[in-house]
Order: sequence, then structure tokens, then C-alpha cells
Amino acid sequence: MASSVLAPVQERGRAALEQLGLPNRRQEPWRLTDLKRLEAVSALPASSSPLPTSLPASLKGVTRMVINGFDDPLAGQVLPEGITALNAEELEQALGHTLDRCGCAQVWPVEFNHAKAQQILALRVRGRVGPLELVLAAGAGLNATRVLLLVEEKAELELMQVLLAEGASAHSHLLEVHLGQEAQLRHGVLATADGASSLMAHLAVEQEPRSSYSLTSVVQGWNLGRLEPRVVQVDGQAQTVLKGLAVTGADQQLATHTAVRFDGPEGELDQLQKCLAGGRSHAIFNGAINVPRDAQRTNAAQLSRNLLLSDRARVDTKPELEIVADDVRCAHGATVSQLQDDELFYLQSRGIAAAEATALLLRGACQEVIAQLPAAAQVWRPLERVMESLAS
Amino acid sequence: MIRPDAELLLDIQDLHASVEDKPILKGVNLQVRAGEVHAVMGRNGSGKSTLSKVLAGHPAYRVTGGTVRYRGQDLFELEPEERARLGVFLGFQYPVEIPGVSNLEFLRVSTNARREKQGEEELDTFAFEDHVHDKLKVVQMDPAFLERSVNEGFSGGEKKRNEILQMALLEPVVAILDETDSGLDIDALRIVAGGVNQLATEDNATLLITHYQRLLDEITPDYVHVMAAGRILRTGGRELALELEQTGYDWVDQELAAQGAA
Repeated sequence: MASSVLAPVQERGRAALEQLGLPNRRQEPWRLTDLKRLEAVSALPASSSPLPTSLPASLKGVTRMVINGFDDPLAGQVLPEGITALNAEELEQALGHTLDRCGCAQVWPVEFNHAKAQQILALRVRGRVGPLELVLAAGAGLNATRVLLLVEEKAELELMQVLLAEGASAHSHLLEVHLGQEAQLRHGVLATADGASSLMAHLAVEQEPRSSYSLTSVVQGWNLGRLEPRVVQVDGQAQTVLKGLAVTGADQQLATHTAVRFDGPEGELDQLQKCLAGGRSHAIFNGAINVPRDAQRTNAAQLSRNLLLSDRARVDTKPELEIVADDVRCAHGATVSQLQDDELFYLQSRGIAAAEATALLLRGACQEVIAQLPAAAQVWRPLERVMESLAS
Repeated sequence: MIRPDAELLLDIQDLHASVEDKPILKGVNLQVRAGEVHAVMGRNGSGKSTLSKVLAGHPAYRVTGGTVRYRGQDLFELEPEERARLGVFLGFQYPVEIPGVSNLEFLRVSTNARREKQGEEELDTFAFEDHVHDKLKVVQMDPAFLERSVNEGFSGGEKKRNEILQMALLEPVVAILDETDSGLDIDALRIVAGGVNQLATEDNATLLITHYQRLLDEITPDYVHVMAAGRILRTGGRELALELEQTGYDWVDQELAAQGAA
């Protein structure tokens, strides 16, 4: 069923890729990207086996779904009350709508996913639904996965997405979410790998008035990583919260490109993006905020805080505010720093050894974001994973 | 309380120190015995804050001469954390904000580091909560501050209370309080000073670094030292602080000029 809907999309995607070719550095969104790595990802064969690692048991009360891009995601799955799968007709109607509203339907990572994804998980959420966990576990090769969520008016959902990979594998993930009026989605993303795999995750979210969307993302350990949350408040008057933590080490490159557009008045955004870059790694943050003429009384705040953990690590951070409306509040700030001597000395002067003080400060820096993940994240030990990667 | 036979806790001899190769301390001599309260006064730039940071081991300050013995041991052989575990405490003029690190967890880790050194058992999360709630009374602090990040978003007064709370938990042998009175209104000053007074015993000592007499209205010092140009220029009893309040620091310039001429 799903594949019949996706077949024309795939065809269009392939045609688009052929026309676009690989991105190049003259294109602003790819200016800093290691294109050799991107080329390697694009050449990976489709994965046909799941990740061999066993998964930890999910938290009690959480419904887990595991998708891999080649098995039918709904086979053998009992959906929690309030969640139903879309039929082919509904899917055809909904597919791509949010991508168009977010203005990202034709960008390279989305066309790449269009060309590659064979399966789609498309769900409708009504009422207040118990927490859902979506595990994307990539085996060797390219894992192209696509998810569409229609969160109906006044519905409430807590969604924890976990993306795992090891070795020569990559994720191309595309998520479309439509939030109806007064709907609430608390969304967590934990994307963690062993330093060899790559990640391209595109999250497109469309918000009706008085809806609330809160994304907490924790991304760590990708050879080449690209996380792109794009949110549009279609008539303003909605609330968006974006909290991101990007951790890089060795020679990894991780880019976070966020874009929020207010297509109506009185929208709110609260955004914090943190990067911790060690080794010879490169962390990139691009935060676009678009406030057109109709978006009066928008209240947006964006803060980018970056910590360089080695002399050879690099951070590029760029706010991109486009504000046309005149009666708005848009605050933004960016800092790049190293661990502060004063903070270390303060802890040492209280009897805490230098190494332990450093660990405590790094934990603190990460915890500010990690603590915001939905409860279902616990079983994945996100803080421990990040701390282990920082220690190595 | 002055007892000539009390243990000599801190013995500073001809101490010289620099920051970024600029000499700041130029021969400080000071002896502190158990039970004593010392006040070190002086203008900005006289070296009094540098003295406190050197004693605690701040990495930006370099000791270029002299000795400091703490209970007979060479203080400069010890890392900052080791000094703290052995009972040297610095109350910061500007306590550092540490986002994401819970105040309660920070206080527990540091308290246990000190307890371990004293041969006391480590306190687990539950035991520590009881312990810390007892100590909150010393500075009349709202328990809500335990749940927040270390000093983050605390007012000036709350930060200083948090410093004295740490002092209450760590039970230092020598407490050096660097301008603990700065930025406090009179009520906050009384609470903080009250905390310091409650913690003073005949076995420990307090070194108050301050600009103003007003702190000394609340905490009575046994000795008052006036620092200028990186040295202690004059030492007296509490009447010296009152005299300073009356006459200001102009005599310091005259005395320095006279010494320069000599």
C-alpha cells in the first residue's frame, strides 16, 4: 500500500537528484560541508539487514516501534489507543504537504530521501496518547526512512525518536509532522553512533495556531551529521521550543540547520543550541528565523552556546534573522568558549579534583539539554553515552 | 579570641606573587592562630584579594618568593583541591555560576571530598539532604536554592549565602572570606556575618578581606591589618579599623612615600 503511494515520489526524487547533482560548496547551505563524505553516503547501497546490536527494554508504558526502511513498519505492531495508520488515500493527500509549507520539498537531502525511501510510517494521532518510541536502527548500508504524523486538533503526544548506527552505514530520515490547532507534541531525538556512520535527518513541522511543539535533540558520534529541523507556524500564535545538543569528537563533522518561519502574528520561539566540539572535529550551527510582515508581535529568542574542548576543534555558528514585521521581539546571541579556568578553580577550591571538576562541568553543559528529553529516553542512557564519547 | 599558645594554623613569610608577570604581593608576613579572627583591609589594588587567591591556589597567580605553611605543611606543594580537603576555604568575592550543575550535587561532592580526608564516612544522597537542611539554617537559606544550578540566577546576596553554606558544610580550619560584604544590603550582611560568627570556634580561624568597617561591626576581629602596595603596612586591634573609618587611607600614602624616601 505504502509503496504504491511512494513509487511516483521515488521517481520524481530520482529525476530531481539527477538534475541537482551533488551539492557543492558554492551553495550556502553546503559551504562548510565535507562533500567527500556526502558523496560516500550517496553511493552507499540500500541496507537490507537490521542493526545487530540488541536494544534495551523500553520504559514501562512506552510503545516502541522499530523501523529499518525495508520491513513493513506496521507488521505485527499493535498501535496504542488514539493512534491509527493512514490509508492510501489519506496518505496521498497528506504526503508532502508539510514539506511544501516548510519550503523544503526540493532541497537535496529531502529529494535524496524521496529517491531512496521504500516505506513510510504514516500515523494519525487523536486525543491524549501514551508515549511513543520510534527506533531507527541502521544496519550496514543506507537506511532511508520516512515518517508522517498527523496530530489532530487538541491531541497530545510524546514522541521519542532514537537513531542508531555503527560502521559503514547511514541514515536518511525524513519526518513530516502536522500539528492541528491546540495540539501538543513533545519530541525528543537521540541520534548516536560510533563515529563511522553518517546521518541526514530532516524534520519538517507545520503548526496550526495555539499548538505547541517542543523538540529536544541530542546528536553525537557521526562521521558526517546533518540535522535539519524546519518549523512553520502557518498562522502564528503557536509555541515552538528547540533545544539542541551537538557533540563532536575525532574528525567528525556535524551540522545543525534550523529554520523557523512565522506566517502569522504572535508566535513564540525559545531556542537553545549547544555544541561541544573536541578532537579535530567541526560543529556547525545555522539558525534561520523568518519573521515576515504579517508576523507582528512575534516573540523569539535564539541562543547558540559552543564549547571548544580542544585547540584543533572548530565551531561555526551563524544566526540568520530575517525580520520584516516591525513590532516584534527577536533576541539572539552566540558564544564560543573553552572551559573556564574560573569555573574549574571554583570547583577545585571546594575539594573537587581537576579531572572530576572538568567532567562535572561537561555533564552540566550537556545536562541542560539532555534533561529536557522525554522520559522514554532514560533507557538509552543519553548522558552516559555523551560523557563516554567525551572521555574517549 | 587570642591565645598565644594556640596552634599556629597559617604562617606566611615574605610572600611574593605575580599575575601575568606583574608583581602584586611584595613581602607579606602574617601569622594566624586557632581561634583568631583577622581582618585585612586596604584600598583596591593593595593586593588583599590576590593574597586570598594565592592562598587558595588560583592558577593565574604565580608565587615568586617566600613561604606559606599551613599547619606546618608547605601550602604551595598542594593542589587547590587538596588545600580545600585539608581545611583551607576561600569564600569568593564573585562566586562562579555553573549552569547545568545542580547546587545540591555540587555541595554533596565537595562535602564528601572533605569528609573523606577527615576520615569520615561519605554521605549518600539521602543522608546528605538531611545534613544540608540542618546547615541551611546557618544562613537562613531557602531550600529551593539547592535544586537550582550552582549560583545561576542567584542575586548577589543569595550567592554570598551559598558561599557561607559551603563553609558550613566544609567546616574549614582556615576560612578566607574575600569581600564577602560587597554588594550586600544591611539585612543580607547581618545574615552572612551571623553565619560566619556561628561557625567560628576556638579550633578554627577566619581571615576577612574587606574594604569597609561595616562588616567589622558584625564580626569582631582580633587583629586588623592594613595592606598597601603588596605588603602589610600596619597591624593593630579593632581600633585600627575604626581609625581608618575616621581618617581614610591618606596616611597610607604618606607612610609609603616616607618609606620610599628612606
